[in-house]
Amino acid sequence: MQITLDVNGESRTAEVDEDTPLLWVLRETLGLTGTKFGCGIAACGACTVHINGAAMRSCSVPASSMQGQKITTIEGLAPKEQPHPLQAAWIAHQVPQCGYCQSGMIMAAAALLARNPQPSDAEISAEVTNICRCGTYERVRRAIHSVGQAPREGGAP
Amino acid sequence: MNKWTRRAVIATGGLVGGGLALGVAGIAFAPNRLRVTPDNRDGMPQLTTWVKIAPDNTVSVVIPHCEMGTGVHTALAMMCAEELEADWNQVRIEEAPGVDDYANGYLVRVFVPAVVSVPKYMERGIDFWTFKLTEMMDLQVTGGSSAVRGTGHLGMRLAGAGAKAMLLDAAAAQWKVPVAECSAKLSKVTHSGSGRTLTYGELAPAAALLSPPVHPQLKSREDYTIVGKATPRIDIPSKVNGSATYGVDVTLPQMVYATIAASPVHGAKLVSVDTAPAEALPGVKKVVKLENAVAVVADGYWRALKGVRALAPKFEDTGKNDETSDTIYAAIGKALDGDQNDKVFSSGKGADALQGAAKVVEAEYRVPFLAHATMEPMNATARIADGRCEVWTGVQDPLAARAVAAKASGLKPEQVTIHNQQLGGGFGRRLPGVMDFVDQAVRIAKETAPAPVKLIWSREEDIQHDFYRPAVVGRYKAALADSGAPSAWVSKFNISDAAALLPYAIEHQDIRAYQSPTHVRIGAWRSVAHTQHGFFTESFVDELAHAAGKDPLQYRRDLLAHAPRHLAALDKAAEMAGWSTPAPTGRARGIAVVESFGSIVAEVAEVEIVDGRVKVHSVCAAVDCGDVINPDTATAQVEGGIVFGLSAAVFNEVTIAGGRVAQSNFHDLPMPKLADAPSIKVEFIRSGAALGGLGEPGVPPVAPAIANAVFALTGKRVRSLPVRV
Repeated sequence: MQITLDVNGESRTAEVDEDTPLLWVLRETLGLTGTKFGCGIAACGACTVHINGAAMRSCSVPASSMQGQKITTIEGLAPKEQPHPLQAAWIAHQVPQCGYCQSGMIMAAAALLARNPQPSDAEISAEVTNICRCGTYERVRRAIHSVGQAPREGGAP
Repeated sequence: MNKWTRRAVIATGGLVGGGLALGVAGIAFAPNRLRVTPDNRDGMPQLTTWVKIAPDNTVSVVIPHCEMGTGVHTALAMMCAEELEADWNQVRIEEAPGVDDYANGYLVRVFVPAVVSVPKYMERGIDFWTFKLTEMMDLQVTGGSSAVRGTGHLGMRLAGAGAKAMLLDAAAAQWKVPVAECSAKLSKVTHSGSGRTLTYGELAPAAALLSPPVHPQLKSREDYTIVGKATPRIDIPSKVNGSATYGVDVTLPQMVYATIAASPVHGAKLVSVDTAPAEALPGVKKVVKLENAVAVVADGYWRALKGVRALAPKFEDTGKNDETSDTIYAAIGKALDGDQNDKVFSSGKGADALQGAAKVVEAEYRVPFLAHATMEPMNATARIADGRCEVWTGVQDPLAARAVAAKASGLKPEQVTIHNQQLGGGFGRRLPGVMDFVDQAVRIAKETAPAPVKLIWSREEDIQHDFYRPAVVGRYKAALADSGAPSAWVSKFNISDAAALLPYAIEHQDIRAYQSPTHVRIGAWRSVAHTQHGFFTESFVDELAHAAGKDPLQYRRDLLAHAPRHLAALDKAAEMAGWSTPAPTGRARGIAVVESFGSIVAEVAEVEIVDGRVKVHSVCAAVDCGDVINPDTATAQVEGGIVFGLSAAVFNEVTIAGGRVAQSNFHDLPMPKLADAPSIKVEFIRSGAALGGLGEPGVPPVAPAIANAVFALTGKRVRSLPVRV
């Protein structure tokens, strides 16, 4: 079936099976490979994108059900020349190691900060449940806090 | 064999557009590795050296290691740039191609004890022979925590120093002044008398024609301006915006997709499969039968996956279908009861010293199989066309991948090109000898040729077809003297490894390895045998301390009077964790120290039991790896090692049922997450000892530190992992 998706502010069409997960449409049809495949069962979070601003694991949601929704991937989180504060914080705190999980980690954190600009440790732990095998967790937490505590311009991203 | 010729050397200079290209320092009586390039590459010249300087003054350091998140690209470039006196802002990195010239012989020297202490005058010859040896072994490996202490310390520094000497000579010749009046700094040479300057980019064409020095002068540690300063990793910016590409991200024209199901019971061959159910599905192009697997090729991964799931392949019965973890442990136990063994070490009276001892302590420990579970599942993209095979993948050794692809394609290694990509985790899963995914991709590509095929394993395939940290059982006995100190230590375990050697001063020792092979595939898991032996040894020493009624820290200290680096690490970790003060109510601390890959790491874990599970609140690590190249990256490696060790200590295990791996994805192979991550403090002890590795040594002390803390808290000794309370 043919579907039309709103991805990073652009209207994109794709030929998919009814059950094709959004992840594979993003990666293989639309060439947005920043969103990663990790587990296929929504357990690891490497494929996290925003659907209408909320974090969602794209490996387990059919693309065909996402028509009319506003989809944002890591590539569309912020313009390259004006990175999202979290992306700057990720560099400042030298968060990534292998980096494979980090797109999903950043997307999960960005969705959290958009709703809750100054999350507590417990709120971060509860909301950012992505798996990182390199063990970057403490730096993830530090980077989120650094953005949460910074004076914010124009409210949430 | 390739010929190493002067003609090829000169040609190299021309290949970089008038720039300078340098490799590692020369060898008087062996082929010169400063600038070697084979001259018989079918008219396809390959730049084979380690430093390139372009006319615009950028320095490119060619790194013969993959980047899997450990920061080696940055650290090695720093070591080279330091000696080169390069302007760090103008340094770039390139990952070396997977060709023979970049085989890393230094790895062998780091690991072959007989070669480690060679006399100075023999070093060049040794470099050459170890280089040839690894070339033959197809090694261009990133593993064994070896990149910085091997390639960096023994290679990159010399490459930088040699290049600097040539640039200085070139400047002196151009100005017709003594070279002693010239100095190099920030990618420029300055003449002290006249104040004239030339950039490296301006000097490079002339410098490239000079003979490289055999023994370039290296800088003193106190003159370092780059090494030792926290330097942002070069690879990080692309990892925060989705632009970093891994093997799984490679896209080629006309590419098709495949996924695979290999025999769930390892070692069983494919008997038959009805391909029709997959072939009937939309988008499916082909079903490919391999020796022990069936793959489905389709126009996308999802359709390939649905195709594989539609199949019911029959695999041969190898007689292993009733194996379970219990039968495997029982077989190991039987082997340990037997007489067949290899002596790893013995001293004094050995096991005889136990006889008549007043007090003997005994314990048996075990650890399960463990999966690497890299976040990027195994994958490789292969294309066979025009008599060549190309592979895009992320591996810890592109040379070994080339050999695998050559064998699978039936082509010669020279006809195979490996385009190595960034790795979404390695941890040993992408080392030589375990690249089954490359073999499969190439064999599938033979069926899709000339179209390239991207093979992606499902997570289920990844977890069930790993090369696992082996299941190991260790039996320990010690005799305690009246003082409480151990007078004898007797240990036996399956799988031989020097990681079982003790740092402790114990007079009578007998350490033996037994064999109990299984059909389950095993491999190197971050820190290799140190993961099990760190747990066994440091748990048992802790048991002895308690049997002797001594503080576990002091007990270890008393046995380490001969080992000042161990003592310093223990003392530092204890101080960081407040060992001498009581833990908060409801919590307890445990300590462990393990030497691995040339580094000594002591860790103190503080734990609590929360809702029937072990909660690790904090880990303090004191690390002596000699010196530190990039401090923040070094810290990150230890932090990551601790979380990796935590996964094995508390979270997951791979079990065998019905001959196959019982777990399949992260729902039944749980990993620590942010909520589980302890607060981690890392401090380095700059002992000035020979450089040790850092990718792995943070891992081994974690499990015993946690287990010892659990004992301190509950009084219940942890003798198998993961910890259950």
